[in-house]
Amino acid sequence: MANRILEVQQISKKFRRGELYNTLRDLVPALSGKLFGNRSHAELERRDFWALRDVSFGVDRGEAFGIIGGNGAGKSTILKLLTGIMRPTKGSIRVTGRISALIEVSAGFHQDLTGRENIYLNGAILGMTRAEIRRRFDAIVDFSGLEEFVDTPVKRYSSGMFARLGFSVAAHVDPDVLLVDEVLSVGDYLFQQKCLERMHSVIRNGATVVFVSHNLREIANLCQRSLLLERGRIQVIGPTEEVIGAYYNRGRRPRAHDSNVDVRITRVAVHDEGGPRVEFESGGKFYITIEAHALTRHEDMTVVVQIVDNNQYPVFDTCTQRLGAGAITLDADQTLRCTFELNLSLAQGTFHVNAYLHRYVTNLPYDSWLSAATFFVTGAPEARGVVTLHPKLNECRVDQSSRPDVQDTPIALAVPH
Amino acid sequence: MIQAIKELVERRDLLYIMTWREITVKYKQSVMGMLWAVLMPALIICAGLVVRYAFAMVSGKSIALFDLTSVAVKAAPWAFFVASIRFGTSSLVSNTNLVTKIYLPRLVFPLAAVFSQFFDFLIAAAVVCLFLMAVGVGWSVQLLWVPLILATLVLLTAALAIMFSAASLFFRDVKYLVEVLLTFAIFFTPVFYESALFGSWAPVLLANPVSPLLEAMSSTIVHHQSPSLAWFSYSFLFTVSLLIVAIHLFRKLDPYFAECI
Repeated sequence: MANRILEVQQISKKFRRGELYNTLRDLVPALSGKLFGNRSHAELERRDFWALRDVSFGVDRGEAFGIIGGNGAGKSTILKLLTGIMRPTKGSIRVTGRISALIEVSAGFHQDLTGRENIYLNGAILGMTRAEIRRRFDAIVDFSGLEEFVDTPVKRYSSGMFARLGFSVAAHVDPDVLLVDEVLSVGDYLFQQKCLERMHSVIRNGATVVFVSHNLREIANLCQRSLLLERGRIQVIGPTEEVIGAYYNRGRRPRAHDSNVDVRITRVAVHDEGGPRVEFESGGKFYITIEAHALTRHEDMTVVVQIVDNNQYPVFDTCTQRLGAGAITLDADQTLRCTFELNLSLAQGTFHVNAYLHRYVTNLPYDSWLSAATFFVTGAPEARGVVTLHPKLNECRVDQSSRPDVQDTPIALAVPH
Repeated sequence: MIQAIKELVERRDLLYIMTWREITVKYKQSVMGMLWAVLMPALIICAGLVVRYAFAMVSGKSIALFDLTSVAVKAAPWAFFVASIRFGTSSLVSNTNLVTKIYLPRLVFPLAAVFSQFFDFLIAAAVVCLFLMAVGVGWSVQLLWVPLILATLVLLTAALAIMFSAASLFFRDVKYLVEVLLTFAIFFTPVFYESALFGSWAPVLLANPVSPLLEAMSSTIVHHQSPSLAWFSYSFLFTVSLLIVAIHLFRKLDPYFAECI
C-alpha cells in the first residue's frame, strides 16, 4: 500500500445537540449542577449526535474519489476532518503530503482589501508562500478574468466576481491531495467550464482528488471510485457507477402507490448489452426494460416510457402501442416485461426515465413511476443542448473573391469625423 | 511545542501576511491614519503628567524633567501591552470564518494581533525617541538592554494573548473580564510612578511581570543604569514558562475550536 496517499480508518464524529455554555456565567451553574449530580447520564447521552460512524476508506495517489450523499449525510463533516479543521472523536486519518481544499474558497477574503491584496492574503491562508504567489499572480488574475478590478476593494465586487477570485486563487495551489466541495457551481457557464477543465488537468497531472458533490454527472465523469454516505455511515463503496445507482435507488422503495391499483410497475432498468449502466457514450444504443406485475386480471394496457432532462422537461416518449404492439392483457399474478431499444441521440447531460402503465384507449394511467432510473450521457463534444442532431460539416471554405456588395448601413454614416 | 514552532516557521509567510492585513485594514479608510499609533501613548503620557504633577504638589517638590521622560518611556510599551491584549483576546472570535472553514495554524491569529500592534508601537517609539533626543537624554551602553527588554515584553504579551484568545473562544465573557483587568491594571503597574515609591511594598508591585520590564526601560534609557537583574530575570523566566504553558494549552484546545466557537 505504498501508493496510499490518504487512509481513513474507522472515523466517527460526535456532536452535541443544543447550546454549549458560551459564557462563564452559564458554566458556573452548569458545573455546580454536574457536581450535585442532578443531570442524569442518560440525558447527556441523548444530547449526543453522531455525524459520522465508523467510516473507513483509502485513496491512492493519482486517484479521483467521490463522496456522494444527501443533505445531512455527513459529507461536509468528512471534509472538515480531512482538512484538520476538526478532529475525529474516534479513528484516525493519515495523509501523506500537503492537503488543500477547494472549500469555502472566499472565506479568507477581507472586504476592505483590494483584489490584489486579497490574492496574497488568501494564497497565504491556503498554504502558498509569498514567492509562490508572486510567481503565479498573473496566472491567477488571468484565470479569474478580473484584470480590470484587481485594484478595487472586494467589497465592491459582485458575489460572482468574489467567488471567481476565490476559486482562481484556490485553483493555483498545488496540493498532493485536493478536496473539492460543490465549488463548481461558482460563476457563469463559461467559468464553470474553465473550472472543470482545471480539475481535469489537475487530475491528469497526477494529483489526488476527493470530490464531494451533488453533481453526480461530474462525479461519474471524474471519479473511478466513490462512496455513498447516509446518516453518517457508508452505504456503498466501490465503482462510481454502482454507487450512483445505489444513490438513485435509495428511498425509492417502497414507492407510494394507490392501494386500489393492483397492477404496478416493479422494475425499471437502463442498460446496454452487458448489463445495467449509468453512464453512456453519446451515439450508441441503449435499452430500457420495464417490468410490471398484476395481482388481478387487467386488460387493454400499454407501457409508456418517457425520458426527461434534468429540469424535468420531456425530451422524448414512446409506448408499446405506437410501436405496434396491441393491447396488453395480464392475468392474475402474471408479470410483464418489455425492453425498448433506443439510439442515444442525446447530448451530454443527465436524464431521468419515467415509466407509465396506461389504459390502451383512454390513456389514463394505472400506474406511474417518475424518475425511476437516471443515466448520464457523455461525449458528443460537438453538441450542446439536449439532443445531438449528429452534425457534419460539409463545407467551410474561405472565398478569394472580393467583398460582396453590402448595402451601406446608416450606422456607418452616423460616425462623426 | 516544538511542532507548533516548526509549523509557524513553515508558515511564516502566512504570519507575515496576516500581520500586514491587520495593519493595512486598520489604516484603510481612516482619517487620522498613523496618528492613531501615537494617540494612545500620548494620552497616557498626559495622564501621567497630571499624576506626576499631583505627586509634586503633595510632596512640595517641583516636577523634574526625568519625571516626564520616564513616563514617556514607559507609556509607549504599556500602550502596546494593553492594545495587544485587547486585540489578541478577540482575535480568534473575530476570525470565526477562517477558524471554522479553513485549516491553518491558528496560533497566527493572536500572534498577528500582537505583531500588528508592535508596528504601532514602533511608530510611537520613533516619536518618543525624537522627544528624548530633543530634551537631550543622551546615550549610554545601557541602551543595549533595550532590545532584550522589548523582546521579553513582546513574548509576554504574546503568551497572554494566546491564552486569552483561546479562553474567549469558549467563553465570550472572558473578553469583558480582560477589559476590566486592563482598565485597572495601570494602577498596579508602575507606569506613572516608580515602584520604589512604595518602599518595602515594592515587591508586591514588581510581582506583576510587566512591572520590572517597564522599570527596566526607564532605568536603562532615562537613568542610564542597568536594570535590576533579579527582577528582570524573574520577568524573563515568567515569560518563558508562561509562553510554554500558553502554547501547550492552545494546542490542546485547538481541535475543539471549530465546533465550540
